[in-house]
Amino acid sequence: MKEAWRSFRMATWLGWQIESNWTDPFLFLVYSIIKPVASVMILVIMYWVITQTDTSSAYFAYMYVGNAAYIYVGSILVGVSWAVIDDREHYQTLKYIYLSPIKLYYYLLGRGMARFLTGTLSVVITMGFGLLVLKLPITLSEVNWPYLAASMVLGLASLALLGLLLGAATLQMARHYWSVGESVAAALYLVCGAIFPIDVLPTWMLPICYALPLTYWLESLRRAVLGSDVSKGISPALASFSDSQLLLILLGSTLISGILSLFFYRWSEHRAREKGLLDMTTQY
Amino acid sequence: MSGSVELFLRTIIARAYPRVIGANRERSWVFFETFLPLLATASYVFFYRAIGAPEDYIGLVIIGGAMTAYWLNVLWSMSAQLYWDKDAGNLTLYIAAPTSLMAILLGMAAGGLVQTTTRAIVIVTAGWLLFGVQFSLTYWGLLMLTFFVTMAALYGMGMLFASVYLLWGREAWHISNLLQEPIFLASGFYFPVKALGFWVAAAASLVPLTLGLDAMRQLLFPDNPTFGFLSVQVEIWILVGLAVVFIVSSKFALDYMEKRARQEGRLTERRR
Repeated sequence: MKEAWRSFRMATWLGWQIESNWTDPFLFLVYSIIKPVASVMILVIMYWVITQTDTSSAYFAYMYVGNAAYIYVGSILVGVSWAVIDDREHYQTLKYIYLSPIKLYYYLLGRGMARFLTGTLSVVITMGFGLLVLKLPITLSEVNWPYLAASMVLGLASLALLGLLLGAATLQMARHYWSVGESVAAALYLVCGAIFPIDVLPTWMLPICYALPLTYWLESLRRAVLGSDVSKGISPALASFSDSQLLLILLGSTLISGILSLFFYRWSEHRAREKGLLDMTTQY
Repeated sequence: MSGSVELFLRTIIARAYPRVIGANRERSWVFFETFLPLLATASYVFFYRAIGAPEDYIGLVIIGGAMTAYWLNVLWSMSAQLYWDKDAGNLTLYIAAPTSLMAILLGMAAGGLVQTTTRAIVIVTAGWLLFGVQFSLTYWGLLMLTFFVTMAALYGMGMLFASVYLLWGREAWHISNLLQEPIFLASGFYFPVKALGFWVAAAASLVPLTLGLDAMRQLLFPDNPTFGFLSVQVEIWILVGLAVVFIVSSKFALDYMEKRARQEGRLTERRR
C-alpha cells in the first residue's frame, strides 16, 4: 500500500511538472484560461445566435454545467492514455519506470491525477466565468453541496478507472494510439448528454447513454447545482431516476469499472511483457 | 526541365508520398480521423437541434466540422511537423539533403491536403446522409475556386508557422494545442462568424479558414442571408491576397529561421 501511494504521489508530481513547466507561470495561466473559455464561448455564441436571449436561462445553465464538467473527461481519459504514449515513445522512459520499485497501475493513476489538477483549474475558470460574466442562474447557497461532493467523488473515480482501461488498451497499440483518448472523449461527448439533454438523440442511441456512468454523473451534478426539478424538467428521459438512484447507479458502475480496469490492466500488462511492447517505439 | 526545377518537384512528390500512402495504409487512422470527428461534429448538430435552430445551421456545423480537419492538419502536421521531425531525427536529414526545405514543406502541404480531403469528404457525405443536409450546388465553380484559394492561403500559413516552430522545443506541442479551440471560436467553425461583430471577424480573417468557411457557406446555403460576413467576391480576393502573402513570407521566414536555428544549434536539439 505504501509503495502504491508513493507511486501515485510521485507520478502526480511528475505529471504536474510535465504539464506546467514548459513555460513560465504567467503564460501557463494564460494558456489555462484561454483554452476552456474559448471552448465554452463556442457554445455560448451558438446558443446566442439561435435564441437571441441572455444566458441566464435554466436551459443554458444546464448545457453550461455539463460542458464545464466534461473538461474532466477529456483531462483524465486523455491524461492516463497519453502517459503511456509519452513515457514509452516520447521520453522512452516507460521501461525504466517499469523496472523501478513502483507499481505501474498507481503510477498511471497518478499521471491521471496531474491532469485532474490542470483540469480543475480549467473547470474553476469556466464556472467562474459563467457565474461572474454570463450570470448563470446558480445560487451558491442553494447548491446541494453534499450531493455534489458525492457525485464528484464517484464520477471522478469512475473516470479515472475508465482512463486506466484506456491506458491499458493503449499499451497494446502502435502508431496511432495518440488520438485514442481524445477520440473516445469526443465520442462520449455525444452520447452522455454533455451539452444537450439525451432526449434529443435518436431512440436507438438511448441504451448507449443509459449504459454509461458519465450520463448519470453529469445528471447528478446538474441536479446538485441547478436543483432536481430544473434538471428533470429539461431532461425527461432521466427524470424517472430519483437523486439517490442516480448516485447508486454511479456507485455500481464505478465498482464495475474498477473491477474491469484492474483485470484488463493485468492482462494488458502481462501481454505487453510477453510481446515486448513496454519499450516499443513506433512514433518518434 | 532544368535540374533544379525537377529536383524541386521530385522533392514535393517524395514528401507528399508517405503522407498519402501512410495515411491510407493504416486502417485505424481512417477510423480515428473520420468516424470519431464526425461524432464530435454530431454533438454540435444535436445541440443546435436541442435549441431549435433552423436546418441550415445543421449544414453550417457539418461544413465547419469538415473544415476542422484542415485546421488540425495544418497545426499538427504542417506547423509542428518540423518539431516532430527534429525529435525523430529527420530534420537533420532534410537540411543535409541537396534540396530545398521549401519543397519539403510544399510536399507536406500537398500530401496533407490530399489526406485531409478524404476525411473531409467522408464527414460531409455522412452529414448529408445522416442529418439530411441539403447543399446547393448552383455555384459549384465558385465553390471550388473558394476552396482552392482557401487551401492555398491556409497551407501557406502552415508553412509560415512551420518556420517559427523550427526554433521551438516542447512548447510547440502546447502552442498547437492552444491554437485549437480559440481558432474554432474566432473563425466561426460552428456559427456564422459575423455573430462576433465586424472588428472581431475582421481580425479573425487573418486565419484563411474564417473567410473561406464564410464564403463556402454563403455558396452552399444561398437562401440563408444570415451567414455572410462580406460578399463572396470580396472574400475570395482577400484570400488570394493572404495566399500570396503567406507563401512568399514563409520562404523568407524559413530562410531566416533556418539560419538562426543553425547559429543557435537548434536543428539537432531534442529538449523533449
